[in-house]
Amino acid sequence: MSKYNLLFKKLREQKKYAFIPFFVIGDPDYETSLAVVKKAIDAGADAIELGLAFSDPVADGVVIQAADKRALDSGIKVADAFRFIAEIREYANKSANECLLPIGLLVYCNLVYKRSVEKFYSDAKKAGVNSILIADMPLEESSLVLDAAKKNEINQIFLVTQTSSNERIKEINKLSSGFIYLVSVLGVTGARDKFSGDVGAFIKRVKENSTLPLCVGFGISNKDQVNEVIDAGADGAIVGSAVVKLIEKNLGNKEKMKNDVSVFIDAMKSK
Amino acid sequence: MKLNTKFGKFGGLFVPETLVAALEELEAVFIRYKDDKKFNDELNDLLKNYAGRPTPLYYAERLSKIAGCKIYLKREDLLHGGAHKTNNALGQGLLAKYMGKKRIIAETGAGQHGAAVAMIGALLGIKTEVFMGSEDIKRQRANVLRMKLCGAKVVSVESGSRTLKDAINEALRDWIANVQDTFYLFGTVAGPHPYPTIVKHFQKVIGEEAKRQILDAEKRLPDYVIACVGGGSNAIGIFNEFLGDKNVKLIGVEPAGHGLNTGKHGATLNKGSVGVLHGSMSYVLQDEDGQILETHSVSAGLDYPGVGPEHSFLKDVKRVDYESITDKEAIGAFKLLSEVEGIMPALESSHAIAYAMKLAKRLKEDNANNKENNLDKNETKTKNPIIVINLSGRGDKDLEQMEFLVK
Repeated sequence: MSKYNLLFKKLREQKKYAFIPFFVIGDPDYETSLAVVKKAIDAGADAIELGLAFSDPVADGVVIQAADKRALDSGIKVADAFRFIAEIREYANKSANECLLPIGLLVYCNLVYKRSVEKFYSDAKKAGVNSILIADMPLEESSLVLDAAKKNEINQIFLVTQTSSNERIKEINKLSSGFIYLVSVLGVTGARDKFSGDVGAFIKRVKENSTLPLCVGFGISNKDQVNEVIDAGADGAIVGSAVVKLIEKNLGNKEKMKNDVSVFIDAMKSK
Repeated sequence: MKLNTKFGKFGGLFVPETLVAALEELEAVFIRYKDDKKFNDELNDLLKNYAGRPTPLYYAERLSKIAGCKIYLKREDLLHGGAHKTNNALGQGLLAKYMGKKRIIAETGAGQHGAAVAMIGALLGIKTEVFMGSEDIKRQRANVLRMKLCGAKVVSVESGSRTLKDAINEALRDWIANVQDTFYLFGTVAGPHPYPTIVKHFQKVIGEEAKRQILDAEKRLPDYVIACVGGGSNAIGIFNEFLGDKNVKLIGVEPAGHGLNTGKHGATLNKGSVGVLHGSMSYVLQDEDGQILETHSVSAGLDYPGVGPEHSFLKDVKRVDYESITDKEAIGAFKLLSEVEGIMPALESSHAIAYAMKLAKRLKEDNANNKENNLDKNETKTKNPIIVINLSGRGDKDLEQMEFLVK
């Protein structure tokens, strides 16, 4: 059973949802980023999503773009990112309560392809990655990676959006494992105060056409929104830009940065 | 998807999920109308009476004399708007109209595609927004003014190298957010499927005309067809009709910028490796991790780290040779054509002119050597080669940048 299966099984029994913060690896630099992610684990994150900085992140809004740039400017390489993940995995395994902690990797296709799909997935496995989501790889191109994912026991995650038809959601459910990532808004990543359109209806529609746990992301920034998606039937909430903003806001004060992240996660997680 | 999305292993649709439905819709509309009589009657009428097709194939006599071979220029610079971009903007613009889209967005490098889209937006009464890198806005001011005059909103893009690559990123982000009412009018044969196929469809008229025209003029096919390659739409446009003519050598010319070994160039097919950028698999200029590199070219339209996937395919199957020309050589050709023919080429097209002159020189030397060695079999073909150059755009937009030439 994958870490995600175990996590969602446990949370369902406890009638809780998964709160999953997202960070760009190496934002604003390797050491600070490491300390912030460790703090997020201490604060009770149920899983972690980590992004590999890319020069041309077309699915991302200004906040994540800026984080990618900070990480790249600090000199972070893909090899460093895998070392980073291995350190996080080791840390998580040491914290007695959080030994489950699935780690998801968010990445753009070119970084995977350039390293060679096989090497990328085996490096990811060695580092302790449990899932990989390739932001610019829809079903149509997924044959490029599915074998490598299976071989390395990594859950391949796909996005489902409001533009995905019911037939397509079924197809995505078939090729996915771990969970399905629901994009709550039409648009790139970025915090919004509230959702545009009927997110509840969208979540229900995906639920009717799938069997895997559903995690909702893109645009979530507050507890009201988390409650809204959980009430509609989601199993987890993923928050990126709102967390990354806390890093951006506190670049000059690293203690406050860690503290703000910790306070935010505590406020957002399932109690 | 109904059509083949790939050229060999290249192409595909590497896009976020949100865009897949929009690309499917676009493909469906393209299939529905590409052979539709009413659509084509309307398009052909506009191409003829609005844009001025067919464009001439001009025998450049004085340039030919200098070159020592026959040079013909396919005069896309005479097309309304000043470049081949109008062909595609009209075609896709009509698709947008038939789809009932309320808003058109586009990216632009040199501003030629942006200007074409702005014109077509005005013509069809559809609101247009053009994304353009702030660096390009500076060096292609004339086109920015043209876009604004035609009623388009020009959005300045400040990220990355602030050139074409970043303009495409921003246009894609806008499309992801506004996919339901917005048509993305992509300007070149790159991007996700079906754009490479659609843009080729609307640009292949260049080669179809050129082939008829050269057969009329010379009663034979040319020995060489040469075009500059950034994303590669003018090149695919003129090459496509000649792909099956094995004796016609096709040459794409990339921007070597300060030189191929300086790191300051945009010669994707010469110096890049296979990767995924802007929705398709193709050659890409990238570092060892797969981060996309910043490029340089004096011509904004060629200043791009990617290239259309069909070009990658044509390179790998060796049907097209991809050469390169430096900034300096291109500026020389800009000056030369202006001085000997009174035709001011776009800096993009100047790369094709410069390479043709280099090739002509080599052919002349080969010919002389053959004569010396008695290898000359008196074949008119080798003695008097015919080169067709796609003069993809006019140089008015570059005047300000080239002002130093006349000072």
